Amino acid sequence: MKSVCLYFNIHQPFRLKRYRFFDIGNDHYYYDDFANDEIVSRVAEQSYIPTANTLLDMIKTHGKDFKCSISISGTAIEQLQLYVPEFIELLKKLADTGCVEFLSGTYAHGLSSLEDPEEFARQVKEHDTLIHSLFGKRPTVMHNTELIFDDDIALMVASMGFKAALTEGAKHILGWKSPNFVYCSASAPKLKLLLTNDKLISDVSRNFNNPEWAEYPLTADKYIDWIASTPEDQQVINLCFSMDTFGSFLPASTGIFDFLKALPHFGKQRGVTFATPSEVLPKLKPADALAIPFPLSGVDEARDVSAWKGNVLQREALNKLYSVAERVDLCTDRRLKQDWQYLQSSDHFYYMSTKNQADGAAHSMFSPYDSPYSAFTNYMNVLADFIVRVEEQYPLSIENEELNSLLLTIRNQAAEIESLNKEISTIRTNIMQSDEYKKKKAESLPAPVEEKPAPKKRGPGRPRKKKEA
Amino acid sequence: MKALMFGWEFPPHILGGLGTASYGLTKGMHANGNMDITFVIPKPWGDEERGFAQIIGACNTPVAWRDVSWDYVQQRLGKYMDPQLYFDLRSHIYADFNNMRLNDLGCIEFSGRYPDNLLEEINNYSIVAGVIARTIPCDVIHSHDWLTYPAGIHAKNVTGKPLVIHVHATDFDRSRGNVNPAVFAIEKDGMMNADHIITVSNLTRRTVIEKYGINPDKVTTVHNAVIPLSDELLNLPVHDKKEKVVTFLGRITMQKGPEYFVEAAAKVLKKDHNVRFVMAGSGDMMDEMIRLAARRGIADKFHFTGFLRGKEVYEMLKNSDVYIMPSVSEPFGISPLEAMQMGVPSIISKQSGCAEILTNVIKTDYWDVDAMADAIHALISYPALHDQLKEQGIEEMKGITWEKAGKKVIDIYNKVIA
Repeated sequence: MKSVCLYFNIHQPFRLKRYRFFDIGNDHYYYDDFANDEIVSRVAEQSYIPTANTLLDMIKTHGKDFKCSISISGTAIEQLQLYVPEFIELLKKLADTGCVEFLSGTYAHGLSSLEDPEEFARQVKEHDTLIHSLFGKRPTVMHNTELIFDDDIALMVASMGFKAALTEGAKHILGWKSPNFVYCSASAPKLKLLLTNDKLISDVSRNFNNPEWAEYPLTADKYIDWIASTPEDQQVINLCFSMDTFGSFLPASTGIFDFLKALPHFGKQRGVTFATPSEVLPKLKPADALAIPFPLSGVDEARDVSAWKGNVLQREALNKLYSVAERVDLCTDRRLKQDWQYLQSSDHFYYMSTKNQADGAAHSMFSPYDSPYSAFTNYMNVLADFIVRVEEQYPLSIENEELNSLLLTIRNQAAEIESLNKEISTIRTNIMQSDEYKKKKAESLPAPVEEKPAPKKRGPGRPRKKKEA
Repeated sequence: MKALMFGWEFPPHILGGLGTASYGLTKGMHANGNMDITFVIPKPWGDEERGFAQIIGACNTPVAWRDVSWDYVQQRLGKYMDPQLYFDLRSHIYADFNNMRLNDLGCIEFSGRYPDNLLEEINNYSIVAGVIARTIPCDVIHSHDWLTYPAGIHAKNVTGKPLVIHVHATDFDRSRGNVNPAVFAIEKDGMMNADHIITVSNLTRRTVIEKYGINPDKVTTVHNAVIPLSDELLNLPVHDKKEKVVTFLGRITMQKGPEYFVEAAAKVLKKDHNVRFVMAGSGDMMDEMIRLAARRGIADKFHFTGFLRGKEVYEMLKNSDVYIMPSVSEPFGISPLEAMQMGVPSIISKQSGCAEILTNVIKTDYWDVDAMADAIHALISYPALHDQLKEQGIEEMKGITWEKAGKKVIDIYNKVIA
């Protein structure tokens, strides 16, 4: 039996408004509410809602024979809750059927996995908490931002307790190997890897509506036939789509929804099942270990991270953003934390790409800016204001190293106090049991109580006071 | 005395310093009394200040006869000129230009900017100048910058009146030495045909004499000046800010030396974090400068505003602590004078014309990034220096008026007419 894992990816960033130099220090609201409302509502109406309805129909007709997975970013959830709450209800309905698995990811659909391991862990935790609170289940499979992955990320993901991660079946990593097996990471052998099948994905996302394509028109019959006719031992086919492929890039008039609806029907005929990754994983053993020394992604021709880190502008913006990560983590201001999330969305860096040709066209199609340079200057203005706000809480005059040591003290202090307390109690019991003590007891009061580590706590207390001021 | 002036820009629709200088000079000459000035520009917008000069738009001047009624002309051009002038101009058409692309009034369209077909537009402008010169009586013809030299020469040939050309910039300034031969030819032709040449600084005068081989006797320097700013602009609100702001304001082109500003900013930021740098304006080197700032790792402190219009310029200046103009070659450079009026101390390159007349500024070589960084640092760190330059600068500006410049130009007129 071959299994097809269908993944639908939903993400919307908080797009920034035109933020001028004069606004720095004066205006702390960064978002273009009008554009965000318009885009999210439009995409939801054209694509998200009809797709979710189609999936619900399919589950109704086929029962447990049709399953799929959904990845949705925290920023998308927030905006959908604001502008299209009915879609969140649809997602809950899908979750209730038990046929839909929600995958993990970063809250802001950001690049923290490449920039800051601690922030990555925080992002994933926050994302999964949100998913849990909405849909009642904690994700167990990682789908990092735009399938970004490498050996280092594998280690982080494995240490967070994930069983598997979905990533791109990139040619430069796979070589002659097929993506239709389960692999494991070379750096974290316990972490299984599911790889997307690029060819079958682009047959739908790029060629479905392309009359010049030799196989046009693509029917569900033909498509399932291709899947079924892969070699016998290839057991899992991962098809990962951005949800707006359905209804937005490929309008409903192309028949894309009928295509989707017909897939399980033909699947049944040819012995192809639709499953969720956590269902498939226990059944399959990794075919091989995959080493991914350099980060790959599912975006642009190169399938690397050059879409977000390809030029000096993007690297500068990322450096400056994550230079304050530690400080933001220290802060307790809720608005600041919220902006910190929104500013991390990978889209802001995607808009700054200076690529040409087909890649460049894709970048500029999504960008609300007229050039990568204006995307950069606008983002940097916003970031400058954000950094000012962070500095107001923790002045730059405290060196990072000093701050680090303070941070460390604060983080360790609970453990330290606990261990010291333990030590005291053992000492105390030792003393009490000792003969000398028993003798002295008759004479005066005991002294060891004074040894409590009170003065040590005073050090880390200082920055806290400043924060309040 | 009647003067016929040809210009390319006029406030409020300006793209560079040329418009401001043309306007200031015309106004200053008018203030000297007894001047009757007609100012020709490619395309008026109808909101130009009038009263001190009559403004004629080249795009509203017929070069081919069209049978149109008074009412129609009133309706079409009433905003820009007296319909009678249209009919006066129409009766002085001197050749058949029907083969050109004309509108319903028999006029050639102008963009009034610096389009790709600039040379064609310059040529059209001189065709129109022939009609205007035949219509408007004048004692002297005055051409502002190379774009209008062909028009001036044409008018001179038609009327036989003396031609004065005003060199606001040469192509040697604009191109850092790699002159465009077509532009050079037009400039040289204008200088050869002129009866007298006015340059905006001794720096430009030297260029004209040395690079274009002009007889020094017919080249005179008349430094630019500034128009006193209105109280409304002087009292623009100051944003509440904790950081110092250092501003560069101008076209971001090779001539203005923007890269030296970025380098100096990077040096200052190594020492002092409490400062922001702003590059206001647009130009063909803007993207490169954004990259450079990113490469130096200072993009969170170095900001680009894009092109600023009208009041925004003064809003920017008002909120600045230091103004900087590191021009590689600046014929004059009015903007530091405006900054000083607003009470913003300026750092200018020794290679700019205004350095010849300014004393309460800091002057450095444009390439001396260290000196520039040092000056910026001093101005933002030592309030005594800042206040001194601020107060003295405001005082100094009161003495630099267009009226004085206008007087010098009128003296030159008298010399060439005699």
